[in-house]
Amino acid sequence: MAAEVLVLVEHAGGEPDELSLQALALARAYADGFGGAVSALLIGRGAAGAAGVLGVHGAALALVAEHEALEDDTRFAPDAWAASLCELIARRSPAAVVAAGSDRGNEVLARAAARLDQPMAANCLAAAAVGEGARVTRLRWGGSLLEEAELDGVPALLTVAPHAVATQRLDAAAAAVESFTPALREEDLRVAVRERVAAPGGGVSLADADVVVSGGRGVGSAEGFAAIEELAALLGGAVGCSRAVTMAGWRPHSDQVGQTGTKIAPELYIPCGISGATQHMAGCKGAKHLLAVNPDPEAPILASADYAVIGDLHEVVPAINAAIRKAREAR
Amino acid sequence: MNILVAVKRVPMTGGRIVLRDDRQEIDTRHLGFTISPHEECAAEEAVRLIEAHGGSSTVLTLGPPEAEEQLRDALAVGVDRALHLVSDGEEWDPQATAAAIVAAIAAERDAGTRYDLILFGNESADAANFQVAMRVAAALALPCVSGVKAISLDGGRIRCEQEVGGGRDVYELELPAVLAVKEGLNLPRYPSVPGRLRAKRKPLEASSPQRPGARLRKLELALPPGSGKQARILGSGADAAGAVVEVLAELGLL
Repeated sequence: MAAEVLVLVEHAGGEPDELSLQALALARAYADGFGGAVSALLIGRGAAGAAGVLGVHGAALALVAEHEALEDDTRFAPDAWAASLCELIARRSPAAVVAAGSDRGNEVLARAAARLDQPMAANCLAAAAVGEGARVTRLRWGGSLLEEAELDGVPALLTVAPHAVATQRLDAAAAAVESFTPALREEDLRVAVRERVAAPGGGVSLADADVVVSGGRGVGSAEGFAAIEELAALLGGAVGCSRAVTMAGWRPHSDQVGQTGTKIAPELYIPCGISGATQHMAGCKGAKHLLAVNPDPEAPILASADYAVIGDLHEVVPAINAAIRKAREAR
Repeated sequence: MNILVAVKRVPMTGGRIVLRDDRQEIDTRHLGFTISPHEECAAEEAVRLIEAHGGSSTVLTLGPPEAEEQLRDALAVGVDRALHLVSDGEEWDPQATAAAIVAAIAAERDAGTRYDLILFGNESADAANFQVAMRVAAALALPCVSGVKAISLDGGRIRCEQEVGGGRDVYELELPAVLAVKEGLNLPRYPSVPGRLRAKRKPLEASSPQRPGARLRKLELALPPGSGKQARILGSGADAAGAVVEVLAELGLL
């Protein structure tokens, strides 16, 4: 068998996840480096339905793990996923194994790496086979820093940084589908989701909002967020904050935008009184437009801003709110 | 019960990262250091669980001599004792880090301390390799859940919640277990002055493990290209509101 690159593809009922398609693109480039093929591992109900999309994204073969313990996506068992992956690795000796740098992708690949005692590089932007190993470019500090690294051993275990690699569509036939039943042991099922609790509904979710208005240390207090909340409501958006605000107890952690908070991708982001620490910027790189409100014209956030208002947010934000209302009344 | 919490010393990078001339590390000459954010919550959780259920908490770090500062920080918020695996100041790859922690846990066991719960941060702020907790769990044959944002303990069982798209996944494990937690699990307390004084007298044991060869080797660091953006200044103070409304209209958000 010619060397292949194996990709763990996450999917919902046969619809591959966008981040997994990005992982396929990196895998395709890796395999092209030595003329190899790309195969996909899919786990869970409806997996075979992904064959067409996988073909277009460069996978020739879809390997579908079938096991009653793996069917229900709401009963995720990470060790069972890792065991299924390791079984395929043992059988197919891939040159590399690639997964999305999603929570699940990082987790399953780390568990496989631990089982195999192989190195793993998380959140790669690019990777190529070099001798008995690989050379990668990966993200550190939530994307604020790039690292060139080498890892030893085959297979190279890699996850792909979210939204950093463009997906590619080829004029290709659907992937062939082969199913297999992994030999799972009892301890592979020891860790499994017992129940899924739905998030409370209502309001605009920070991660999906079209507009996010955030406050930082400059807001000064929990009460100081009133004008920011009003601006967010006027624009049908969500309220965010910096880590300093969460640590001060002014807003819940669920409002925090940043490396250790929520990653946002709105049409417009309006950070108010936020200096632009790397911790914060790691969470708002996905914003299309950024309008900073800051008293300091030298603040680091201005280097990432499209628009800026220089001034105290306690004067600027209420004035913007009043101007929006006036403009809407005039229409 | 006995809880072990593993933390990492990382620089507070502020607004702009500057690299050393050799491009091997961040230039930290003008920076302070802290416990990596997820692990700050792990230490807080260890203290809370011991306050509620009794027992003893231990903080561990693999880091340079200066990392004693972070161990004292954890002791100051209520952790009982500290283990310092003193490194040579070089970066240890995830496999070497996990192996050193596994060896330390084995030495603790031989000395009569068995851990019921071992807490890690989900990923470090700096290297972000996302794997040390799972490597340690695999080596010790313990169950492990990552991305944990809520923990409750009931006898010998632990319930933990992981954030997923659209809600939370709930896991239940028998102890002993390993958890990799995320910020938001709790709001860490600030160390008090008496806490800092007590921390100076708490036991801190140091050892110096040998660093094995790295199998994931950092070659060089680089800063990503800048945004290249030149912010359009819309004005100063309240007077800029009209120009902001014009921008909102341009973007179709009015």
